[in-house]
Parts: sequence; structure tokens; C-alpha cells
Amino acid sequence: MLKIEGLTKAYTTGTKALNNVSLSIDEPQVVAIIGPSGAGKSTLIRCINRLVEPTSGVVELNGTNLVTLKGGALRKARRRIGMIFQEYNLVERLTVMENILSGRLGYVSFLQAFRRSFPKDDVSAAFRLLDRVGLKGYQDTRADALSGGQRQRVGIARALIQRPELLLVDEPTASLDPKTARQVMRIMVELALEQNTPTIVNIHDVPLAKSFANRVIGMRDGEIVFDGNPDDLTETELTNIYGEEDWSAEAANKNGDAPLAQAATS
Amino acid sequence: MSNVHPTVWHRPSLIENPWLRYGLTALALAYLFLSIGSLEIDWERVSKGLPRAASIFERMFPPDFSRWDLLVRGMVESLEMAFAATFIGMFLAIPLGLCAASNLVPRPVYLVARSIIVLTRTFHEVIIAIFFVKIFGFGPLAGVLTLVVASVSFIAKMLAEDIENMGPGQVEAIKATGASFFKLLLYGVAPQILPRYLGVSIYRMDANIRHSTVVGIVGAGGIGQTLSATFSRYDYDFSITILACIIIIVFFGEIFSNWARGRLR
Repeated sequence: MLKIEGLTKAYTTGTKALNNVSLSIDEPQVVAIIGPSGAGKSTLIRCINRLVEPTSGVVELNGTNLVTLKGGALRKARRRIGMIFQEYNLVERLTVMENILSGRLGYVSFLQAFRRSFPKDDVSAAFRLLDRVGLKGYQDTRADALSGGQRQRVGIARALIQRPELLLVDEPTASLDPKTARQVMRIMVELALEQNTPTIVNIHDVPLAKSFANRVIGMRDGEIVFDGNPDDLTETELTNIYGEEDWSAEAANKNGDAPLAQAATS
Repeated sequence: MSNVHPTVWHRPSLIENPWLRYGLTALALAYLFLSIGSLEIDWERVSKGLPRAASIFERMFPPDFSRWDLLVRGMVESLEMAFAATFIGMFLAIPLGLCAASNLVPRPVYLVARSIIVLTRTFHEVIIAIFFVKIFGFGPLAGVLTLVVASVSFIAKMLAEDIENMGPGQVEAIKATGASFFKLLLYGVAPQILPRYLGVSIYRMDANIRHSTVVGIVGAGGIGQTLSATFSRYDYDFSITILACIIIIVFFGEIFSNWARGRLR
């Protein structure tokens, strides 16, 4: 499905945000990427949909190399990839419905987009997703009137209405309280797996990552230093990823049900 | 305690080097005195001018309302000029403003658009009006064109600045859906800048009402042309009537502008 080979992103200053990263995802699964700030997690997922231009390497999504695409071909590839953001990035002055339907922008004409006359299937899919994320009846509310958790639910709906072949998620819960964070993660993972969409989630919160991901990738200084089952994420591995700390709370609970109060320590 | 914290703190000065700081202050003061010296204030002319001012004000009263038809015609023409110029300016400003936003367009396009804006903003309305009067002759056409030029560059500059300052996250999200450039404008850019764009345009309408009275003085139509004529014919009693009407119109224009902009979110 997704194959990344030798992906490198070097800035003009010489620092490498990504250094020869390779990974592949062969089945619909939720992959959590953990690692300290500045490890290159955001750069990695932004290099996949080319919001950041990689310096070298190959990103292959179902047979298409995304790195070499330009113009219209790049936009066609982007509509196959959904993205969810840390700060939600809803268009504040648009209604919830317009925000969700903007996920279909890659498929409608300019005139349709201008007149907000999206195909019937898109509109009904939007209402269905609105219902699924628990925001039934909110279609006419403006995005700037929503709370953080509600915004992220709209963000999820906007990404999933693309019916993406890959879902990129950048710190979806970093701006949310622990309870809302869990609800949002649950809805997102449920919907993604329902559509058989492989999902890459950057996440700071190690217990949250362990309870929702099928696979965990640890990054440090632009390189992958751990790739495996959430249960194999021991104290030693966490030290390897993040550096020396007391990891007993994160590593001890193998089933991932760490007390919520400890969830914010990573 | 061995480690005593300081009890005094001074805000860091804007210019750290004291020599440079006091040197620049001294230079500024010296230049100020030099400038005042070069004004060549002739106190004799001032003393002669004051009684003349008194006589002008005396002749302004009572105000003359007998030529109200001339007044109304001039006022309506000025307002029409302002409205027409604002609407034309609003539409022309959109492409120019988009091209002048560095985060939307390639560098060369940006530079060309910015140069156009800078160039048109260099000249005051009156200078542009003189230019257009020379080309198209006396009358409101020159006035409207003047105000269009001024409105376009003003609104476009504000628009460009707003686009450059808007939240990058919302644009990034729409880009990630695979939207084309124009759909990105529609869904990512327009919702963010539309209220400010309308606000700036309404403000410009208000400004155009004021400017339309000024450009008339150099012959570009409207109430300003009538006003200028009354001054040169020493009809000061009619001048004061016109001035009072301009004040009233500008006053209501400003009230409307504030009210309308307050309602935009």
C-alpha cells in the first residue's frame, strides 16, 4: 500500500529533518509515530502529501511515486490522501458542512465549488459522517463556534469524506483534554478501519498511542529507531527513543490502560 | 543569602550605543532648528493676513442658499463619482491584491503587482486628477478615473496584506484535499479575508466621498469644482454653504462606514 524508501529532507542550513527513512505499510492498520519534538514526525507525514518537499527518496502509494508528481497530478494524488491536523485547521468562517464538503474539492468543478452545489452522494456522505462523529444537527454552525473536540471531529469528517487511500494524522489530540482525546482517537480509528484506510498518526502521548495503534514507530533525530508491536515498547526502547527518564508509567501497563492523569507526561 | 537579586532594572534602550543615541538626537535637533530657520516667516505678511481672514469670514455670513440647485447638482455628482469609483475599484483590486500576496503567487508576479501598487500610491489624488484632467478635459470622468486608481491601489494593498497575514493552517488543510489554486482561493482564502475586504471597501467609499470633493478643485468634476469657482469669484457666502454641506455628507458617510464595518465579522 504505502512504501517509503530512503526519504531524506535536508534544510538549506544543512540540518536533516529526515535522514534516509524507509518503512512500508502493507495492510489497513493504524501506525503511531512517536518521538521527541523535532524528531521529524511532522516532516515525515508532510513529505508524503508534499506539503513539505522531500530532498530525496521515494514515496509510493499503491504504485504511484508521489515525490516526482507536479501540478494536476499532484493534486489528484492529494485527494487520495486525507489529513488531520493538530490545530484542526478548519476554515473558521465556513460552516461545518462547508468544511466537511471541502474534502471533496478535488472532485468537483470550480463552478460547483463556488455555488456549493456538491453531488448528492457527497452531501449524504457528509451528513452520514456528521452523524458518525457525533455532531448531528451541527451542519449550519460556523466552525469558529465549535469547541476543540468538536472541531477535531469535523476535521476527521473532512479527511474521511475524501475516501482516502491513506490517512495522515498530525498530533490529533495534542490540543485536547485526555477524555476528549480518547473519544476523538476512538472515532478516528473506528472510521479509518471501517473504510480499510491505513493510517499514520503522529502522537506525543505514548499510552494513547499504545492503546489505539496496531504498530508503533519510534523516531529520533530524523531516523527510525523502533518499529514494532505496541507491546514490545519497553522502558529500554522508550529510553532509546526519548532519552533517560522514569518510564514506569508508560511502559508498565501492557494493555495500554494507563490512568488518564499520567497521560500527559510524555 | 549570598545570591542577592538586583533591585533596579532599566528598560533596554532602543539604540544601545550611547554615542550613537545622543549623536542622533543632537542631529535631529540641529535639523529641526535649521528647518524652522528656512521657513522665512514674514511677520509683516502675517499681520496683514489676519484682518483679511476676518473680512473673509465676515463675508461668509449670512450663508447663501439661493443657488441650492447648483449645490445639489454638485453634491450628487460628487457622490456618484465616489460610488462608481469604489465599485470599480473593489473589482479591479481583487486580481491585483491576489497577485501582490507573496504567499500565493510566484516571485515575479508578486514584484510586478507590488510595483504597480507602490507606483500608484506614490502620487496624491490631486496630482493624478491634474493628469487625467489634462487627458480627458474638465468634468467628472477625470474625477472618477482618479478615484478608481486611488481605490484600486488602496484596497489591493490591504487585501494583499490580509492574505499574507492569514492563518496558514486553513490554507494547508484545503491544499491537502487536492483542491486547485482557484478552489483554494474560494475555500481557504476568501472566507478568511472577505469580511476585512468588505470593511476596507466600505472605508474606501467613505474616503472617496471626501476625496471626490478635493479632486473637483483641479477641475475633475463634483462639488469641489463648484467650491473652487465660488472662491475665485469671492462668493464667500456661497462657499460657506458648500463647506457646511460637505461636512454634513462626510459626517454621515463616516457614521455609515463605522456602522457597516461594525456589523461585519
